[in-house]
Amino acid sequence: MIPTAFFLVLSIVLFVLGVAAFFIKRDLITMFMAVEVMLNSANLAFLTFAKSSASLDGQVIVFFVVTVAAAEAAVGLAIILVVFKRKNSIQCDDLDDMKG
Amino acid sequence: MALILFLILASLSAGGVVGMIVSRDRAHSVLFLVLAFAALGGVFGLLDAPFVAAVQVLVYAGAIMVLFVFVIMMVNRRDGRGIEKKKSVGILAAVLAIALFAELLLAVREILPGMGNAGPAGGADTAGLGSLLFEKYLYPLEITSILIIAALTGAISLAGKKGPK
Repeated sequence: MIPTAFFLVLSIVLFVLGVAAFFIKRDLITMFMAVEVMLNSANLAFLTFAKSSASLDGQVIVFFVVTVAAAEAAVGLAIILVVFKRKNSIQCDDLDDMKG
Repeated sequence: MALILFLILASLSAGGVVGMIVSRDRAHSVLFLVLAFAALGGVFGLLDAPFVAAVQVLVYAGAIMVLFVFVIMMVNRRDGRGIEKKKSVGILAAVLAIALFAELLLAVREILPGMGNAGPAGGADTAGLGSLLFEKYLYPLEITSILIIAALTGAISLAGKKGPK
């Protein structure tokens, strides 16, 4: 048997790695992947609490999170493509139009 | 036995994310992330959620990551240059990550001991999940379908725009 606490610690580790990846990487696509990692760690936390409280509601919420993540990926990647068409670059350092 | 399986899957998923951070090629990053999400699907299976595990592998490691691969294919063709990194940003991010990790562990330290055990032995209740999804959570489910349609039309209208050239 596995202590359920291990799963929560794994979810914390994944979330922290996602935050670190978001700040370390400099191009939009990889930053977007870091957001997906954070969403997945939230899913793991939902499932962990669903297991430890013996209820299925947490699993239902994971479905909604996956759906919203899919919608977000579709729109976000379309926006990245538009940015690439306009600027010919997806490095976030090149996107400084709003800097004063 | 289950503990060994969990440790393997957990290190695979965490290692996949670390590989995504350190690899310089975007395509390699995506492949590392597919590995991480597939391993995470196995972890979901250990939490008595086999259906969610299947959805994780099909939708996340499959569909969403293929979308990323497509976009990288379109972008890498012309924007071939690699990803340069700044050292100071990396150190700052590492400090922030360690602080956040300590903070989150402090936040959950009191509930960690009393959470019980998990294992693949318990019966999976996929039928209960389905009836919950279509009875208690019927309205959120329908709203999600509206969200999907809105996202689809938005993505199509965004991607169809012509650039200023």
